[in-house]
This record gives sequence, C-alpha cells and structure tokens, in this order.
Amino acid sequence: MRWLRQPPPRGVLLALLGVCLAACFAVERFGLVDDYVRFVLVTLGINIILCVSLNLVNGWMGEFSVGHAGFMALGAYLSACVSVKWLEWGDPLWMFPVAVCAGGLLAGAVGFLLGLLSFKTRGDYLAIITLAFLMIVKSGLENIPYVGGPRGFLGIGSHTTLLWTALWVVVTLWTIRNLVYSRFGRGIVAVREDEIAANAMGVDTRKAKLAAFVVSSFFGGVAGALFAHQLQFINPSVFDIVKSTEILVMVYLGGVGSLAGSILGATVFTILAQLLQPLGTWRMVILPLILVLLMIFRPRGIMGMREFAWFVPRREFKRKEDGK
Amino acid sequence: MDYFAQQAINAVQLGSIYALIALGYSMVYGVLVMINFAHGDVFMVSAFFCFLLLLVAPVPFVAALLIVMLATALLGVCIERLAYRPLRNAPRVSAIITALGCGLVIQNTTLSLSPYSQRMPEIFKSVTWHLAGISISSLQLLIIGVSVGLMVALDFFIRKTRYGMAMRAIAQDRFSVPLMGVPVNTIISVTFAIGAALGGAAGVLYGLAYPVIGASMGILVGWKAFVAAVIGGIGNVRGAVLGGYLLGAVEVLIVTVMPSTYRDLVVYSLLLVILVFKPYGLLGRPAVQKV
Repeated sequence: MRWLRQPPPRGVLLALLGVCLAACFAVERFGLVDDYVRFVLVTLGINIILCVSLNLVNGWMGEFSVGHAGFMALGAYLSACVSVKWLEWGDPLWMFPVAVCAGGLLAGAVGFLLGLLSFKTRGDYLAIITLAFLMIVKSGLENIPYVGGPRGFLGIGSHTTLLWTALWVVVTLWTIRNLVYSRFGRGIVAVREDEIAANAMGVDTRKAKLAAFVVSSFFGGVAGALFAHQLQFINPSVFDIVKSTEILVMVYLGGVGSLAGSILGATVFTILAQLLQPLGTWRMVILPLILVLLMIFRPRGIMGMREFAWFVPRREFKRKEDGK
Repeated sequence: MDYFAQQAINAVQLGSIYALIALGYSMVYGVLVMINFAHGDVFMVSAFFCFLLLLVAPVPFVAALLIVMLATALLGVCIERLAYRPLRNAPRVSAIITALGCGLVIQNTTLSLSPYSQRMPEIFKSVTWHLAGISISSLQLLIIGVSVGLMVALDFFIRKTRYGMAMRAIAQDRFSVPLMGVPVNTIISVTFAIGAALGGAAGVLYGLAYPVIGASMGILVGWKAFVAAVIGGIGNVRGAVLGGYLLGAVEVLIVTVMPSTYRDLVVYSLLLVILVFKPYGLLGRPAVQKV
C-alpha cells in the first residue's frame, strides 16, 4: 500500500478524472444502469458536495454550523425559480448551469452575512446563530406563496444528470483542496487551532472566516440546486434540522478536516441510508444514535485530520522532503 | 382595553410555560457550559408520560404533576450519565453534536411509537370567571400559579441551599471546585434532574392548556423556550424567566397583529437581532477570553 501514501504519478489523476467523467457520460447516454442505481449515484454525488462544503466550516475552521440545510434550501428554491419561472423557455443545456450557479451565488451571499455575524461569537453561540438562520429560511419559505408556501414547489424539470453531478463534485473538491492548501487558506486552519494566536501572527482571521463561510455556503447552495432538480419537488420541511443532522453525521463519520474522509463519510452514509430505508421513521433513530456513539468512541471520525495522499497538492510532499 | 388585558393573560400563561422550559436550558448551561439540545424533547416526552399515566390511572392533578416530574428527572439524569458524562472533557463541539443527536433519537423514537397526535384526557375541571369584561379560567390561574411557585422555589434552592451554592460555585470555576471537596458529579446530576423536572412540569401544564400533544412539540415549543433562554442570556436563571415571559408576550402580540404563520419567522429574527446587539443575551455576561 506504499503507493497510497505517495503523490500519484504526474498526469494519472487527470487521466483518472477523465475516465470517471467519460464513464458518467456513457452511463447516462447509453443507460447502462437502472434508474435506482442512477438515483443513488446522483444522491451520493450531492452528499459528497454537501459533506465537503460543511467540512470546510466545521472541520477545517473548527466552528460549529448547523445551518447547512438552510443554504441548501436557498440554492434549491432560487434555482427552481430560475429554471421553472424565469428561464422556462431556455435550453436545459445552458439554462441548468445558470440556475445552479444562481442558487449557489444566493447561498454564498447569505453565507457572507452569516460570516459577518460569526465575528461576534464563537462556539455555542455560533451554533445558535446558524440554527436561527435555518429556522428563518424555513419559515420564510413557508410564507412566500410565490414558491408554493408550505405545499412546496412543484414541476421542477429533471435536469440533474450523473455527468452534471460528477462535474460539480470535481469542482467542489478542487476548489476546497486548493483553498485549504493555499497560503491564504492556512488562515482558516489557524482559526481552528487558536484564533487569538493566529491574529497575533498576522493572519487576517476575519477574511479567512468570511472566505470559509462564503465557499461553504456557495457549494451548499449548489448541492441544493442539484437536489431540487433531482427530486423535481421540494418543500420547506425537507430542509429542516434533520437534513442538517444528516450532513453532520456524514462529516463526523468520515472525519473532520479531510477530503478523503468526507468522500468516505458521504459514501458510507448514502449506502447506509438506502439499506435502512425499510425501517421508516426508525431510520432517524438509528442515524443520530450512530452520531452519538461516534462522538463518544471516535470523535474525529474515520479519517479525522488525515488525508489520502492523492488529494494533497504535489508541492506539499516537496516541502516535506526539502524539510528533511 | 379588555381585549389587551385578555391577551396579556394569555401571554403570561404561554410565557410561564416557556420560562419553565428555558430554566432547564439555562441551568445546564450555567453548570456545564453546554447547550442541552435534547431538553425540548425531554419536555415533549414528559407530556407523553402524563398522557400514559392518565391512560393507566386517572390520578388527581397534583399526583400526576409529581409523578411526571419524577419520571422526567430520571430521564434527564439517564441522558446525562449515558451521553454527556463520557464527553465531559471532550471538545465542546462533540458535546453539542451529542446533545443534538440525543434530541433526535428521543423525538424520532416517540414519533415511531406514536405517529399521530394524541388528545390529553382532562384531569382538571376548569371554571371560567368573568371579571369586568375579562374572562379568566381557573386553569389559567393554575398554570401561572404552579409555574411561578416552581420558579420561586428554584430561586430559593439556588440562593439558599448547599446544593445551590455548589451549583453556583461550579458555574464560576469548574476546575478548582472539585479541589474544595464538592462532589461535582452529584451536583451535575442534581442540576440535570431539576432542569428536567421543571421541563416535566411544563409538559403537564402544556398538556392541560393545549390538549393536543405530538412528537413535534419538542421542536415547536422546546426550541422556542431555547430561544427564550438565549434572549435572556443563557446560563442566567433569572434571564431565562425574563426571556420566557418576553417571548410569550412577543408571540401573543404577533398573532394579534399579523397572520400566525409569521410567528416563527419573527421569533427567530428577533433572536438574531438581539444576538447582534447583545451577543450574550439581555442579562448574560460576556465570556472572558484568556490569552
């Protein structure tokens, strides 16, 4: 297993990525798998995006946000409005990316405001603020008849293909990897370790926090948009605290501060959720129970703070070798 | 004028229930510096305890109140033992997540066992009096009276007894208090028991006042009470009472002037606005940041 701890040979990662995307395209184009498998794969992709993006705030930055379902809701509703009500005459090929980006941008803008609020408080109070944000989004949507109110938003086109999902997964992973390993992004990790010390060392922790919140919520919105165009029906009660908890389970199951952990956590969770489907409401007893047991016995998750070498930029290894 | 006096009584009734639940949040936060997100669901379960008790045996009100408070206190202590104690020295985030998870486990277990809302049997024959154009029922007086009585008793307990003193000491400094020979685990268990018992009392009173109970009560009512505790300054017991009555008044006011669907929106927006201007609540003190 030595090769797993080494950076991949040059070009292998790109080639692998190309093969994956081509496979997604082929599966989509020629109908290689049945609808159920396809549904699960798309769900998996969306869960990976959610998990990695929440991990940026909860794992790398070490804050505690429970409002991710709120960003999802913003992205889902705005993208549904764009694709159903405002651009209904458009061609799905270019209209869908516009809708998804619009959803992500709205979520990112709101994430910016939430980031501003996060300057005031830390820890428990940030959890309260994000909780209040989630409740405001949910009850706000229930009071807007234009998007269906509590009945929900009907008639969204089924545009979330496997290829689109895979592309967004790659964009998310790439962006967050490059952010946390960048010079600027180290500030985000510094906030987790000790905010006061980071400030004293000249890290602009406010900028780092804002960046983390904006990027995290942008991809939360994107995932919401994909989710809306997968299910073709959304209503405010889908995006409640239970949805947020599901994302938290994925993050803390896979491991905080790890891309590979996020992918692993999302995969295990998605499969587990499908297997537990026959249990009905008991499913939502078992999933939080897993979360509680995890916190007691393995609080950092499967891959906590560790990373699969292939997700680490090549220069990291170079730096390590130079150091020796 | 009569109309407003009438609404004021309703506001005090609702506020009393919020304040009782909010006390549980604040006591636990004061002692453990941890938000017990499961407390709203403990309140919900207590209403179901009361329902089951009345189904089995039609006991009088006082007995029902005491039995439910005892059962809920036991539940609170069990949660602390099984879920929170192993994490006492873990990072704060782990404790928050565990509490959130516990709440969901309790809520969804109840939901699985009782998917539909239940109607609470009547245990208290209510009489309505009409005074100068205002009607007030004996039930409302009972709810307000029992809540205020419990709050006064709690205040006495915290200020005058040895356990109360130990609680305040732990809230001041959790690390040097054990050195003085205070049995910290016992005190924390007592805190959880009292907090949960107050939530249990609130569950019984809520079941009397609004007799349809369901598994979503923990979210609908328990989290409002949480907002009340935060508005008053979480960790501050008197702040919780202030926040409870304030929130009751705001909610009744909202429902009288705008559609009731806006209630949650306004309440949570109010929470955000207060946190922006008073980040530690109305009566809370800012945490000291040590460098």
